[in-house]
Amino acid sequence: MLDLLASYTVQTVLMGAVLLGLISGALGAFAVLRGQSLLGDTVSHAALPGIALGFLVAGGRDLGAVLIGATLSGGLAALSVMLITMRTRLKPDAALGVVLSVFFALGVVLLSHVQGRSGAAGAGLSTFLFGQAAATLRSDLWMMGGLAGFALGLIALIWKEAKLVSFDPDYARALGLPVARVQAVLTVMVALAIVAGLQMVGVILMVALLIAPAAAARQWARSLAGMVGLSMGFAVAAGVIGALISASARGLATGPVIVLVATAFVLISLAFAPERGLLARALARRARTRSLRADQVLGTIHALARSHDDPAYKAELGMLRTRHRAAARPALQRLTARGLVREVAHPPETTPHWQMTPEGRARAAMLEQGTARDD
Amino acid sequence: MTELHEPQFALHVEDLTVTYGAAPALWDIDLDVPPGVMAAIVGPNGSGKSTLLKTVLGLVPPVAGHIRLFGQPLAAMRKRVGYVPQRSSVDWDFPTDVRDVVMMGLYGQIGWFRRPGPAHRTRAMEALTAVGMQDYADRQISQLSGGQQQRVFIARALVQDADVYFLDEPMAGVDRPTEDIIIALLQSLRDQGKTVIVVHHDLTTVERYFDWLVMLNTRIIAQGPVTDVYTPENLRATYGHRVALVKV
Repeated sequence: MLDLLASYTVQTVLMGAVLLGLISGALGAFAVLRGQSLLGDTVSHAALPGIALGFLVAGGRDLGAVLIGATLSGGLAALSVMLITMRTRLKPDAALGVVLSVFFALGVVLLSHVQGRSGAAGAGLSTFLFGQAAATLRSDLWMMGGLAGFALGLIALIWKEAKLVSFDPDYARALGLPVARVQAVLTVMVALAIVAGLQMVGVILMVALLIAPAAAARQWARSLAGMVGLSMGFAVAAGVIGALISASARGLATGPVIVLVATAFVLISLAFAPERGLLARALARRARTRSLRADQVLGTIHALARSHDDPAYKAELGMLRTRHRAAARPALQRLTARGLVREVAHPPETTPHWQMTPEGRARAAMLEQGTARDD
Repeated sequence: MTELHEPQFALHVEDLTVTYGAAPALWDIDLDVPPGVMAAIVGPNGSGKSTLLKTVLGLVPPVAGHIRLFGQPLAAMRKRVGYVPQRSSVDWDFPTDVRDVVMMGLYGQIGWFRRPGPAHRTRAMEALTAVGMQDYADRQISQLSGGQQQRVFIARALVQDADVYFLDEPMAGVDRPTEDIIIALLQSLRDQGKTVIVVHHDLTTVERYFDWLVMLNTRIIAQGPVTDVYTPENLRATYGHRVALVKV
């Protein structure tokens, strides 16, 4: 492990993964909340023709030219989606699908053309499909760092406006905020986050690094700041863990491993997050069911007491079992623990009996009138 | 400062026409609402009630006509206008709490690049108290009932301390206690001299709640004090023959 960390390439990749995680985590949170996950996917795939063109223009694998090309074609794709949605009757998902396929197909055609023309030099181009983290240079880190600083700084500056525009754009407009401009800034930054990750993760999977950490963070967060922070944390962790895994095993592509780690975070969060997780919700449902059963058993004792005209009536376990089957015993234990019934003897019978306490009678009466509160 | 145009009205709308696609959603609307009234805008589904509100607030562009608030265009009046959109217009699963949503009403006043401070939090709490939601300040908005969501939205408009309030169907799908709280609050705003304009769907409560009435079905059918306007002829003209006059 220490050998690994001492490696210059691994250090570079790790630093790149951290920077990329900061950008994509923060912007991904806004993309998810604004329902723009699929737009991110389209922009990411649509970067491919721009990458190929940048390669052609620069005459080689010049990262600056490639990324400028990616930004332009990704931006053009986002603009196309917007115009198609506004000017035609096509639904947004269809517009996204059409634009994604057209741009990606164009990208693949250009890619094969460039590779056919420039032979071995063009081979590097296909790494942009799935990314090639090891190809990251120290000079690339400066660019990514600049991008991260710019994106996070801008988000911090327009924080409350970005929050309101993401939550309730109509109200923001009524307050006089320049909603279209804030939305444009957020969308452009999503595109920049994607471009920043093309080198490491590639056009096909980059959207996962944008969306997965944010989706995982949503499960735990109780505020926007919490969600953005957690999302950045998940994205950085996914990047670092993924890069280390792929560096320690030969032949594992870094980008896909990073995405798999991020996906694992999503699965864990969906299952185990408090309140929103599947487990927490199943437990809450079970607690409600038990509480309801206990109330039903209490109701049966109450009804028996009334038909015998004796509030202190002692109900026999057998009777309650006839009515409530196996649920009777746990429900009685629950009611006893809450002080609503108590177990009593009823000689000469040797079987257990239960009797309502004054509190139990009060609750049964409230249940009957529908004024009881859930506990 | 632009020259004032019809400043005696809280809301003045002239020749307003709005279209969605080819069909007009609003046609040649002339409308005046005096200050200090509580006005209902009623009309059947699709009659353009919400569109009228959204156009007045600058959310939908008109193809013709103009709008003035106290004689001035909306741009000069933003800070004096409070808005309560339909509850269903936002995603209540957004990760934030009740106090934070109410403070959003202050974002226009706080201005760019600044954060809300303790004074803003105090004002948010006052607004929450006014709608009886002070105990829910730290509650996640995803955990609110429909009536509670509506009260949070009203608190968010209250905190703006506006002169004119526009509410889009605030009583839709809320429980009875919430409706009573909302109406008492709106009436107290009116009694302080504010103007309250409500898109309303329940004809049975028009006379009890409101003192000014606008009846709309793409065109303006009638407008004026409720006692003058709420007549069988106007109801028939607005709703067709489906509605009988409800006198409570």
